Amino acid sequence: MSKFDDLRADFPILDQKVNGERLAYLDNAATAQRPQPVLDELIRFYQNDNANVHRGVHTLANRATREYEAARRKVQHFINAKEAEEVVFTKGTTDGLNLICSTYGEEHIHAGDEIVVSIAEHHSNLVPWQQLAIKKHAVLKYIELTADGELDMEDAKNKITDKTKIVSVTHASNVLGIITPLKELAALAHEHGAIFIGDGAQAAPHTKVDVQDLDVDFYAFSGHKMMSPMGIGVLYGKRQLLDEMTPYQYGGEMISDVTRERTIFAETPYKFEAGTQNVAGAIGLGKAIDYLEGLGMDRVQEHEQKLVDYVLPKLEAIDHLQVYGPQDPAKHSGVIAFNLEGLHPHDLATALDMDGVAVRAGHHCAEPLMQDLGVTATARASFYLYNNREDADQLVDAIKDAKEFFKIGTVKAK
Amino acid sequence: MALSKLNNLYRAVILDAAQNPHHKGEIKGATNKMTLHNPTCGDTVNLQLKVDSGGKIADVGFTGDGCTISQASASMMSDAVLGKSREEALEMAKIFSDEAIGKKHSADELAKLGDAQALTSIMQFPARIKCATLSWWALTRALEKDGSDDSASSQTKE
Repeated sequence: MSKFDDLRADFPILDQKVNGERLAYLDNAATAQRPQPVLDELIRFYQNDNANVHRGVHTLANRATREYEAARRKVQHFINAKEAEEVVFTKGTTDGLNLICSTYGEEHIHAGDEIVVSIAEHHSNLVPWQQLAIKKHAVLKYIELTADGELDMEDAKNKITDKTKIVSVTHASNVLGIITPLKELAALAHEHGAIFIGDGAQAAPHTKVDVQDLDVDFYAFSGHKMMSPMGIGVLYGKRQLLDEMTPYQYGGEMISDVTRERTIFAETPYKFEAGTQNVAGAIGLGKAIDYLEGLGMDRVQEHEQKLVDYVLPKLEAIDHLQVYGPQDPAKHSGVIAFNLEGLHPHDLATALDMDGVAVRAGHHCAEPLMQDLGVTATARASFYLYNNREDADQLVDAIKDAKEFFKIGTVKAK
Repeated sequence: MALSKLNNLYRAVILDAAQNPHHKGEIKGATNKMTLHNPTCGDTVNLQLKVDSGGKIADVGFTGDGCTISQASASMMSDAVLGKSREEALEMAKIFSDEAIGKKHSADELAKLGDAQALTSIMQFPARIKCATLSWWALTRALEKDGSDDSASSQTKE
């Protein structure tokens, strides 16, 4: 009996019936649910300490500022950043990646330069670089996948050259269920004088991240996929790089001194935090980190791996069900994309919903990857720490129900 | 089994229309074309109409890729508007789109949709409304943009 067996009780939203069935929430790659301690923390903050930060002398402003900065230090320790100042609060991963693109990218990318991403990127780590490359007449290159759906490191060695200025790759795919070798990729980028950015949206909630060990220059992730409120995220950046960068947005909070003619900007990280910040979000993120560290990130990863070991072979055993990404559970994270032959994933997702199983269906904001896989869309189940074998069984049974309903495999698919 | 509820959505007529769609394919001499995408799921409807000199829809065809609902809807819509005047077709599209956003019509008006009214059952499945309305929006856009060839993404209308 592991402590993970009781975790479901911490998440009040899971205690409900959907379409008359027990809810099996398996859309965690889209957003996770929040445990009671995080929900309580938000209410506590708004009931007791709410004030705007860094700009008041009164007691509530001091409390709010102290808690906001305490959250920054929790994030620092969570990802093992050298300094708290290397933690910039953002709206989420997309915001963090756009921040780098429109500051560092704008300044350092020139005509003929290369930007390298992988074909497995979410649009948020693809479209900004694509648009920057178009604007600057730079070249956007893609690291391809192996036949098994893993990142092709041989291809990475060919694509990253001395012309490469930025390499930005996802730490964990939101479709294929792969974890990428970020440390090797960062080293490869550095050998060629490029900076390396990790998209941690699908990794930070599930695995121990050590930005110093990975030696990434930037690392972006979202709070909401790790049980925090929506609208809070983190951009980690090496101090020297952040210090050298121009601000992202201008306004209040990010200045040191303003006259009619000029402005002196605030120090890192405040120069990147213009306007009123999502203080409650940051404090909620801090609480979510407490919750994760209370369990231990190694245990979280181990729990999810056990679920994958359990469910992946069951899914692979269903006739006419195609599972994407590595077929070996040891190489697959808790993000599992699949399709029933001859049935559009939207129809499949509706059928699963009728059985209480919440999955995503669509292109997962990764259209180039979908084109590569030769599909327009897939269904996707994604597991988190509060999921258990009952959820896995419910998924497998619901897929079998859908297969029966749509007569997959019994009549000729059109 | 909760899947019995699926019968409300996927009636036999709908499954049949999706598996054996009518008017699937390109037509000759198209006068009005419209391609619409549903960016949330990747469904595409590429609609072609041939409107004759009398303003009647003389031929209709569609290509594209999508779920059971979007394919069935395109098939049923094509059946329903063939031989209708431009104005009649636009009225039908209006009735269907209205139903999708909760505006009710009388049984007489719904009858104008023919078999396509079966898909107004989509109302019980809010997440799937766009799948059913995509081809009707394409019809409206194709007829309103007289003779032109255009492409657009559908907007969320819920």
